[in-house]
Amino acid sequence: MASLNSLDYGTPARTSETLVTLEVDGVSVTVPSGTSVMRASIEAGSKVPKLCATDSLEPFGSCRLCLVEIEGRRGLPASCTTLVEPGMKVRTQTERLQNVRRGVMELYISDHPLDCLTCSANGDCELQDMAGVVGLREVRYGYDGANHLKSAKDTSNPYFTFDPSKCIVCSRCVRACEEVQGTFALTIDARGFASVVSPGQNGDFMDSECVSCGACVQACPTATLMEKSVIERGQAEHSHVTTCAYCGVGCSFRAEMKGTEVIRMVPNKDGRANHGHSCVKGRFAWGYATHKDRIKSPMIRKKITDPWQEVSWADAIAYTAAEFRRIQDKYGRDSVGGITSSRCTNEETYLVQKLIRAAFGNNNVDTCARVCHSPTGYGLKTTMGESAGTQDFDSVEQTDVMMVIGANPTDGHPVFASAMKRRLRAGAKLIVADPRVIDMVDGPHIHADYHLQLRPGTNVALVTSMAHVIASEGLLDEKFIAERCEPKPFETWRTFVLDPRNSPEAMESVTGVPAALVRGAARLYATGGNAAIYYGLGVTEHSQGSTTVMGIANLAMATGNIGRRGVGVNPLRGQNNVQGSCDMGSFPHEYPGYRHVSDAGTRALFESDWGVALSDEPGLRIPNMFEAAIDGTFKALYVQGEDIAQSDPNTQHVTAALTSLECLVVQDLFLCETAKFAHVFLPGSSFLEKDGTFTNAERRISRVRKVMPPLTGMADWEVTVALANALGYPMHYDSPSDIMDEIARLTPTFTGVSFAAIDEMGSIQWPCNPEAPLGTPIMHIDEFVRGKGKFVVTEFVPTEEKVNQRFPLILTTGRILSQYNVGAQTRRTANVAWHDEDRIEIHPQDAEDRGIREGDWVGISSRAGETVLRARVTERVQPGVVYTTFHFPESGANVITTDNSDWATNCPEYKVTAVQATLVSHPSEWQNRFKSFTKEQVRLVEQRKPVHAP
Amino acid sequence: MNVEHLVTMANQIGAFFSSQGTHEEAVAGIADHLKRFWEQRMLQTIGAFVNAGGDALKQSGLQQNVVEAVQQLVPPGR
Repeated sequence: MASLNSLDYGTPARTSETLVTLEVDGVSVTVPSGTSVMRASIEAGSKVPKLCATDSLEPFGSCRLCLVEIEGRRGLPASCTTLVEPGMKVRTQTERLQNVRRGVMELYISDHPLDCLTCSANGDCELQDMAGVVGLREVRYGYDGANHLKSAKDTSNPYFTFDPSKCIVCSRCVRACEEVQGTFALTIDARGFASVVSPGQNGDFMDSECVSCGACVQACPTATLMEKSVIERGQAEHSHVTTCAYCGVGCSFRAEMKGTEVIRMVPNKDGRANHGHSCVKGRFAWGYATHKDRIKSPMIRKKITDPWQEVSWADAIAYTAAEFRRIQDKYGRDSVGGITSSRCTNEETYLVQKLIRAAFGNNNVDTCARVCHSPTGYGLKTTMGESAGTQDFDSVEQTDVMMVIGANPTDGHPVFASAMKRRLRAGAKLIVADPRVIDMVDGPHIHADYHLQLRPGTNVALVTSMAHVIASEGLLDEKFIAERCEPKPFETWRTFVLDPRNSPEAMESVTGVPAALVRGAARLYATGGNAAIYYGLGVTEHSQGSTTVMGIANLAMATGNIGRRGVGVNPLRGQNNVQGSCDMGSFPHEYPGYRHVSDAGTRALFESDWGVALSDEPGLRIPNMFEAAIDGTFKALYVQGEDIAQSDPNTQHVTAALTSLECLVVQDLFLCETAKFAHVFLPGSSFLEKDGTFTNAERRISRVRKVMPPLTGMADWEVTVALANALGYPMHYDSPSDIMDEIARLTPTFTGVSFAAIDEMGSIQWPCNPEAPLGTPIMHIDEFVRGKGKFVVTEFVPTEEKVNQRFPLILTTGRILSQYNVGAQTRRTANVAWHDEDRIEIHPQDAEDRGIREGDWVGISSRAGETVLRARVTERVQPGVVYTTFHFPESGANVITTDNSDWATNCPEYKVTAVQATLVSHPSEWQNRFKSFTKEQVRLVEQRKPVHAP
Repeated sequence: MNVEHLVTMANQIGAFFSSQGTHEEAVAGIADHLKRFWEQRMLQTIGAFVNAGGDALKQSGLQQNVVEAVQQLVPPGR
């Protein structure tokens, strides 16, 4: 269904250096070679009628409405499948064409319900439009013949309806599922009059392979595939362009509205990250923003066993400020700190770190990147000089070899995964390094050339052995290395990787990957053309996470795969604004722009602008905050939009730390797990209620636009400002745009960024400054940010987390498409239809050894704790490895993960936990305690009463 | 702060830097890393532990290069 305000050009835009000039209806138009006559005509101002064509899909030529007359050509060619030629003369409207088009429409309408006035697509239906355009006045076939008007609707999908009675079998949905999404869940069953769109094998949508991305709904020209929200609420009347608040792809959406009510979220065709595509989360799972669980008023309490008291914003802020000052007076300046949110905007996180530095007076600020991509920051800064990925997403269009290591893009970054799959179907090669058989290994029309199914915890061994192959078989790009990299570190590294102990043969017993596969993969990476590495938390969340990142950078530099399109080192950042939150200085050791707090020049800049002396010593990281809390020297914490009690490892350690605090302030949408330990609850705003910017995994800064006023009465940034003022540190901004102007003033990589510039350019990839006024899609083109690239020796150090007789299996964790992170948002949407509990994936052999069958309750115990999950018996995991997700707090996935962490950054080693799995019949003790505690905390919230603060 | 955890973390840092060059370079690298990333309480805790010496230090398994790095940052008597 076409979204508001968009012109459909019928066929995709083409790029070519060769331009072609033709004439359409007497108007001259010049377009790139390869453009269709249809698109050229529309660009010339002649809207050729069409039904099966849409500019997100390749031309199909089936509806026969778009026929044109071309001088010198016989017949009536379809303009969608005919390419422009120089000097062509096209007529889009003649008497002959009019008659043919009317005839086509008569056929369509003879088998179509005539219920326009009560149809959900009324006024927004391309079939209706074409009937009007061709001047349809009668249907000479009548309506008494065989038809499909009684076809049953499929309402199985919670978000959209499939009504075959309205289907014109244009195949747009089938093509969208193939070309755009790459799932191939739909087909046309039967032929001729019997043709019907079929999800899967004539089943319904929910039973098929459909991933509910919405591409088919987007493509459908009629009401056949229609959002249930539109059916129920009617069509929108205005829209705002904003950015998704789920993953690090950062899809651009149009929030289509009636008043302040969102009717639907439609992917923005002009979005540079997603190009009009979406996934189930961003497209449909936005209802959490108005869920009944939203807490809209501030609350305070003295003890976490006390009922909450609902208070005014003024009282809550005053109480918080008083508590923080009391605690600092009693325990010292460094006894308080804060955690910024990777879901909040750049402006909001900038203010929180400013609050902590300027108002609290210390550097005890951290962000959730601690537990995900902090090793990326360390590793890429060390080797290349900048803590971010090197490419934009579109770079994949020129990639010849993709290496995906420790990432599951179809689940974690689905829209980008679709772009990857498109490139793979076009012939690019694929190497997957993952302990599990992820969907990319073997999917519709894609198949990994190499699946390196390594043991969890052995990434460094694998990457180093690949480097051994490259160095020992003469596959180094010596010219690139000589020109672009420091010579001494390179020589040291070369000597190191050439050592036989780093060969694939020597490392086979460590990684579990046959040497021949490693050699083949390394050769492919080094010689297959443009090679790009995409990686995720399966790289970073390890005790050698930073080392692996450096190993990946080594591979890219060794083979010259840096500094142009199609190559690069691409960390797939998980959250909508985790990149931004890092950019904004949400680290205990770095100011905005990744400059160390000990750097006198940078500190002076901030001191001058902020009007206050700043500490020059690194503060506490999140895990250190927990240690200091248990130690009794860290007593107050301000947590904005993070749920550390669920997301951080070793839950019992985390909750012990939280319980020891005297003042825990949580700013969130819901009573999250962390809020159950809080003394102050400051209600937060969803992305629909925010103005600001997010920065995605490709460093793209995009606007987030408020479509409804904050339900709480205050914007999140205004809360931080109020808190700062209450603490005696004056802060004043008129708008988030002012905050971005300050960021730009103080951060060299953001100098050219402003709301006005973003509005003008659509989005901006930093660095954006006088050297790169239009932003920087590709980094390190002529030289690395640090000057020369630095090779780093990556000695494999096995993790401390060892399997033994008591804990013989390795647990690794990950995500699933339909749920997001701790699930606070997606659990409160219909996405639970796909995933309503976390399960433990266990190999059939391991299951059989333990008497475990599909669906059985399984006790999972580790050195840290124990929990119980239901079993999913599958060969996706290898023997000796089990896997689970962490989207449901009651599953206690992090009760069993440990405090082991990356040596450089303390990023937790979520991916390697030694466990045992046992058939059980009851929940774990922790789960029983959790249930009681939750029940009590929910009761305390439900019984809250409005009072004035003491 | 839990000194056992700090010892584990410090040894991990030591293991990395010991692979990067000579002993002196490793000590310098460890000291620089600790100074850049460890908060004062962590440095003081491990510093006190190292400077106390004795059986506890011997049995902790703290690597020599780490001991030397810590002593550079938290000299005995501080």
